[in-house]
Parts: sequence; structure tokens; C-alpha cells
Amino acid sequence: MKDNKNLLEIKDLSIHYITDDGTVRAVEEMNLEIGVGETLGLVGETGAGKTTTALGIMNLVPNPPGKIIGGEIVFEGEDLVKKSQSELRKIRGNKISMIFQDPMTSLNPVMTVGDQIAEVVKLHQNVNAAEATERAMEMLEKVGIPGTRHKDFPHQFSGGMRQRVVIAIALACNPTLLIADEPTTALDVTIQAQVLDLMRNLKHEFNTSMIMITHDLGVVAEVCDKVAIMYAGNVIEYTDVKRLYTSPKHPYTIGLFGSIPDIESDESRLKPIKGLMPDPTNIPSGCPFHPRCPKAMDICSQRKPKNTEVEPGHFVKCLLFENTEK
Amino acid sequence: MSKIKTSNNQEEVKAVSKKKRSPWVEVWRRLRQNKSAMFGLAIIGLLVFCAIFADLIAPYGIDDQDLRARFITPSRDYLFGTDNFGRDILSRIIYGSRVSLQVGFIAVGISALTGGALGAIAGFYGGRLDNVIMRFVDILLAIPGILLAISIVSALGPGLQNVMIAVGIGSIPSYARIVRASVLSLRDQEFVEAAKAVGANDFRIISKHIIPNSMAPIIVQATLGVAGAILSAAGLSFIGLGIQPPTPEWGSMLSSGRQYLRDYWHIATFPGLAIMITIFALNLLGDGLRDALDPRLKS
Amino acid sequence: MQERLLEVRNLKKHFNTKKGLLHAVDGVNFFINKGETLGLVGESGCGKSTTGRVVLRLLEATDGEIIFEGKDILQFNKQQLREMRKEMQIVFQDPFASLNPRMSLSEIIAEPLVVNKVFSDKLEMQKRVKELMDTVGIAERLTNAYPHELDGGRRQRIGIARALALNPKFIVQDEPVSALDVSIQAQILNLMDDLQDEFGLTYLFISHDLSVVKHVSDRIAVMYLGKIVELSDYNSMFKNPLHPYTQALLSAIPVPRIDIKRERILLEGDVPSPINPPEGCRFYGRCQYRQEICRQKTPELRDMGNEKYVACHFTGDLRPASE
Repeated sequence: MKDNKNLLEIKDLSIHYITDDGTVRAVEEMNLEIGVGETLGLVGETGAGKTTTALGIMNLVPNPPGKIIGGEIVFEGEDLVKKSQSELRKIRGNKISMIFQDPMTSLNPVMTVGDQIAEVVKLHQNVNAAEATERAMEMLEKVGIPGTRHKDFPHQFSGGMRQRVVIAIALACNPTLLIADEPTTALDVTIQAQVLDLMRNLKHEFNTSMIMITHDLGVVAEVCDKVAIMYAGNVIEYTDVKRLYTSPKHPYTIGLFGSIPDIESDESRLKPIKGLMPDPTNIPSGCPFHPRCPKAMDICSQRKPKNTEVEPGHFVKCLLFENTEK
Repeated sequence: MSKIKTSNNQEEVKAVSKKKRSPWVEVWRRLRQNKSAMFGLAIIGLLVFCAIFADLIAPYGIDDQDLRARFITPSRDYLFGTDNFGRDILSRIIYGSRVSLQVGFIAVGISALTGGALGAIAGFYGGRLDNVIMRFVDILLAIPGILLAISIVSALGPGLQNVMIAVGIGSIPSYARIVRASVLSLRDQEFVEAAKAVGANDFRIISKHIIPNSMAPIIVQATLGVAGAILSAAGLSFIGLGIQPPTPEWGSMLSSGRQYLRDYWHIATFPGLAIMITIFALNLLGDGLRDALDPRLKS
Repeated sequence: MQERLLEVRNLKKHFNTKKGLLHAVDGVNFFINKGETLGLVGESGCGKSTTGRVVLRLLEATDGEIIFEGKDILQFNKQQLREMRKEMQIVFQDPFASLNPRMSLSEIIAEPLVVNKVFSDKLEMQKRVKELMDTVGIAERLTNAYPHELDGGRRQRIGIARALALNPKFIVQDEPVSALDVSIQAQILNLMDDLQDEFGLTYLFISHDLSVVKHVSDRIAVMYLGKIVELSDYNSMFKNPLHPYTQALLSAIPVPRIDIKRERILLEGDVPSPINPPEGCRFYGRCQYRQEICRQKTPELRDMGNEKYVACHFTGDLRPASE
């Protein structure tokens, strides 16, 4: 994991939202790295801070109320946090692009899909209209839509096809990093399978790195190389896919696995995590997971767990593992 | 059984003790943060106060004529001056607020109730009934509001009651359309289906589930509508079709002051200002309510 | 032989649309035994939710019979329908849209009791509301709270309490956990499991999520474009799916494991429109085993023995399309 050059390194990133009801620590001291061509799965439930992380990388956190409090986002050797908005605009949609969850709302309903792809190309590359249109048709073919349909409007496509168009827009400028925020959640399973397959193929073809934000551990198992599990703004477990699925360490991760009905086995009862996600403005002291944790100790409510490397390349934020270090 | 219970009671305490308020309480909380809306509300409050306690506040009676004190410009004795009959303009404006508010609220009441009921029925049942009601509404809408009011008043004769009816009928269409639109969007909501599933009849569904949820646009429209109604009534009175003198009505005061405008500016100016400030305050409040009720702004 | 609580025969629901007749449910047959859960799966637009609503007469059926406890509820008059509503309830998908935002939790739970005039005494009714809140695991202090103050999981519990209020025998669960986070989803699934045992409930569980359906169901029906294509007990459905669509659907589920790699059948194209569907097998255009007869003749649901039913001309004898 260390030997290949990292495309993106996130160091101690914290993002807060300052609201009337208090400060929401959406992302707390996050450390992640993604190598060239790698896919990182960012997993968590509603309010875990997944989408804020994605917006943070693009420096698109709505400000106010959101603010990057500290940390670095080093992309291709440069810190994105320090860049001006105009510099960032050159990167967004060009070197880093994003796919959103809802293919219905992320396309402009009154513009043809071809124009929407061409627009991004024209914005970032020095091409004329004819070349941009040609590129748009080429991209449509790449995502499995006949190029001749470039004059069609979004409403003429089905949900799965629209998500393909969104992918075509995202990949039109050959980005080095693709951030996909729940790209298949709104789709049916058979369509989801098609889209995931397409994303996997395109990623190999373009050697794009990807951050896959999802709540579905099944999707992660299929497309990701590394996984970061988030809970209440913290990455509580971070390792490669194989380790996470064979030996999950953090009680929350274990709880997540216990909550999903497994189609391959016959369990009569699920083993859910008790309680609810904490109120984001009122995160429990110490380890944010301690009120719901089956293995909570007295110290868990008092001290924040540190990021601990339990085995090479396997990081866990849990007090159970802190003393086992070295 | 115990295993089913939620395990975390402390969290629930926290979640609820933090905020325990009905949706309306939240609307009020948001409205309070809006300074201009609160300013509007304060003025309307003052006006309502004046209307209720006019007898106590007004320095002179409505019809107290003092022919020696005609056309007096604003002074210590007569803050807003006197008119051509030597009547105190301030007192007449204070008493006039009764008439204006009455017209405003009752006219809006007539149109909101009739229009709301028509819209709710049209939206809920749809089909032919919807078609018939909405075409009737379209016909009303095709006639300019003031023209309609003038024709109704000319037919029924001038006077407070007829003005209220005339102005009320004129704004039925807007309520019918607003309510119909919101009923259409609510009709297919799952909570309405849930009510059907437990056997609730149409009356209960409309009154318990649909109307309370379509209140927001009606309240906004009604607040702005009161302003419109006051203005229309004043307009009717101004052209002599509305409330007849000597009843102190702002529009007719404005009208009678018009002929002396060149020499005695105050006679027409103060009733005019009263109308303007009232409308302004109602509009501020209406806009504030719209923002406070807009679910998109809900945190 | 188990007792059948509900039987649906040749159920049809068509909608008139501007583009033509939409065959949302097109000749569906199934039965549910007392105390069991029948899972109804399919992708969006396949008619599964419409089926659930027609069964409860929230939508009027176009044709067919719905036999509940031996009587065809489609023949019921208003009075009988009101009585029936006490026996058959529904839990909705969206815990945000299914609760009236202007009503407090206790009002929402009490509504079925008020509507059906179950209690004449107000205190009695409050007692029942408290009991229901306790049953679904909602703290009593939330009685006067409003839905917007609660998270999705708790709202769904309120929806369940409302459905239980009249002691129904049968509950349609329309995607009850799709809108919830996984850890909350598991809590709700366990709750419904417990309630089924405690009150002897019968469920029709509608979902697009096969893993969830497999977890909760005794038998499963797979729907595609208004028709049931396969119906069997959950074990044989997952071990030995016979319909090509079921096979593709099962293979498309992402499994949260890395030790098992499964053969994936990628379907071509999208689900076709349910408006004026052509004669023949509805799955024809996407099936990799299609033959000439599939285009001409609509396959009927055939009994394959052991309570397994499949609607395919070539069950057990699938050959790649000869094109």
C-alpha cells in the first residue's frame, strides 16, 4: 500500500458546520490516502460525514455554515485547502469529478445530454464546438449509449441510462480522481449491476482513482480496494477490503455486518447495533460510539480513541486496541 | 416483550428535552427571527388595539363637529388636523381602523372559506366535479377584480356589508386554486392513504389530514389578501360605491379630502398614510409568514 | 394442510394514462397461509406496491378475486369494508411521508381507534396508545412529540404501532425498511419478527431488496412487469431459481463478502414499459434464453411440484437464444 505513489492524501482533515443549534463536527481528524488507480470505499450511515468528506475534497462545503477547520488535502502534491476558488474551478470536473446519487436532479432537464457533456469538455479543454460534440458522442458510446442519441434530453432516458450519462460527463475530461456519491442507490439491482460493471471497466480503461461513497457493504466488496468506515465524523476503521471482510476489528464495523441480512447464509435473527445515530450537534464524549457499543469500557466515555495501526495497513480508532499497539 | 423495547432511554430524553414543539410553535420561532415581519406584526397589533379601544383612545368622537375649528392644520389640539366639518382626523382614522379591519378580515374570511372549500372539493374528488368547479373559478378570474366588485356593489347597493361581499367574492379564485393545488399534492401522500387504510371517511381525511397541511399557503395568501381587501374597499369608497359618509372610512376620507388637497394637504394625507402603512405592514408580515412556513427552510 | 388466510386470484389493476392502458398488475395469483410471510420482490415499476394496495382495497381492482378468510373482499359493501379495515393493515415505505406532520405521535397512533370508535372512554384509549408505544419500543415521554422531531427508525415504529392499533390479522409491509440505515433496518426487521410471533400476524412483505426478503419470508414471489414469474419457498428460490429473470436478479445482488464470488448474469437493457405490453413473455426482450414461442405466447404460472410455481415455457430446459 505504501509503495505506489499516492494520488490523494488527506491529513488530519476536520470540517465543521456552525449552526444555530451548535457546532456539527461533520468530519474529525480524517486521514486517508488513495493511490493511482485505486478505489477507496467510504462507508457509513446517514450523517456519518461521507458526503461532507467528498464535498471537502472538492472544497465545495457550503460556507457558511460549513468550514474546513484544519488539515490538508494533498492532491497530486498540492494542498487543495490552500487553493483559491478560481484555481479549484480548473481542477473540478477536470482532474477531480463527481457523480451524485440522484441521476434525475444532477442533469439539466432543458439541455440535451450531448450538450451537457460537451459543456464540461469545452470548459476545461481547448476545443471547438464540433470537437466537443464529437467527444460527447464518443463518451456516450463508452458508457453504452449510442452516440446518435446525443441530441436527446434527459427525460427521454431511463434512470439507469441517465446515470450512465452522468458518468460520461464525469469522465469526459479524463479525471485522475472520481468521487462517486452513492451512484447506484437510486437504481434497481439489475441496473445497479450494469452500472457497477460499467464503472469498473471504465476505471480500468482510464486508470482513474475512485472514492466510492456508499452505505452498501455489498457494493464495496465488489468494486473497492480499500475501505474506510465512518461513524459520526470519524473514520473508525480503515484497511484493505480483504482484511475488513475477513477480520473486522471495530465493534461498529462488526455491528454493521451483523445488521445486514446475508443472502448466502440462513440466520434467523439479525444482530443489530442497539440505539440510534447520535445527534450531530451533541456527539457523546470520548469515543462517539460508546453508548451503542457492546464492548464499551469505563474509559470509552472519557477519552477519545487514537488512530491505532493494529496490523500493518489496518487502522482502528478504538480503545480496545490501543494498548495492543507494538 | 422487553427485548423489543429500545435500549437507549437516555438518548430519547436528550432528543426530546432539546426541543418539544409542535410545527406551529416552530413557525412562530422562525417568524420571530424575522425583524421586518415582527415590525409588520407590531403595527397590525397596534391597529387592532386601536380598533378595539377606539372609544378610549380617540381624543374626540367620530362625528364631533366643531364648525369653528374647520380646516385646522395639525396642532397640539388636533394632532392630524381637522376636516371641512371640523372633525378631528386622528379620531376618525382611529375609528376608521375598525371599518378597515372589519372589511379586511371578513372579506378574506368569505373568500378563504368559500374558495378553500371549493378548491378542497375539486382537488380531492377530481374528475367532472373538479372540472365544473374550476371552470366556474376561471370565469370569475376572467373578470377584473375591481370591475367585479363594482358590479356587485352596484347591484346590491353600497354599504359596509355589501362591500365585504363584493370584495370577498372577487378573491375566491385565488384561494380555490391554491387549496386545490396543495390538496392535489397531499391527496396521494402516504399518510392520507394510511388514514384510508384505517377506515377514515372523506370528511375526516379532508378536515384532519388535508386542510391542516395546506394551511401554510392559505395563511400567507390570507395575510396578503387582507391588505388587498382593505385597498379594494378603500378604492370602492373613494369612488363613492363603498361605505357611505359619515362612517369614517379611510378611502372615503381620502376621497373627501381630495378636493381640498391644494390648500389643506392634511385632510387627504393622513388617511392615505394610514392605508399605506397598514398595507405595508400586512405585506411584511405576509412575506415573513411565507418564509417561516416554507418547509424548504426548515432545519 | 395450513389454513389459507388470503388468496388472490387473477388479480388485475389497469390504469388509464394518456399514453394508453398501463397494466400495473396483470393477472396475479398467490395465497398466504396464516402466520406466514410472503415476500413480494421485483424492481421499480413491476407492480408490487400496487398489488399491496389493491389487496387492501386502497386501490380498486380492475378484475379478479381477493379471498380473505373465505370471503371475496372485492364484493364488500361500505360497512363490510370498514370491518375489513380492522383486520388488514399496512406499513408504508416512507416514514416521513406516512405520518401526518401536523399530528402528534399519540394522535397518529390513536387515529385508527378514534375512526373506528373503539373506545368510548378517553382514558381507556390513552392506555391503549401507551401500550402500543411500549410494544413498538417508543418511550412514553414522546407521546406529545411530532413526527419531525424523530429519526426514520422511530417514525417507522410509529407507523407500525398505528397498523397494530386495531389488532389486525394481516399486514401489508410496503418496503418498510428501504428508507432506513442498515443498523436501524435490522432493529425494525427484528421488531416485526417479534410482533409476528407475539400476535400471530400474517405479512405480505413487499421489497426490492432480495436479501431482506429472504431474511423475513417463508415463501417468495418474484414479480416482473405486472406478473409473478416465480413463486416458491425461500430455500428453493435461492438454491434453485428456475426463471431466467429470478436467476439474473439473484446474481445481481452485491454480496457483502469477498470469499464468495458468484457468476453474474448481466441483463441487457431496461424494463420495458407496462403500457400496452405486447403478447408473449414480458421478459422476452431481456432474456438470454428466448425462443420463438416466448414472443408469441404468454407463459402461465405452472405448478412444478413442492409448491413451486414458474411462468416460463422452458423451465428446467433453458437453452441459449438461437439468434
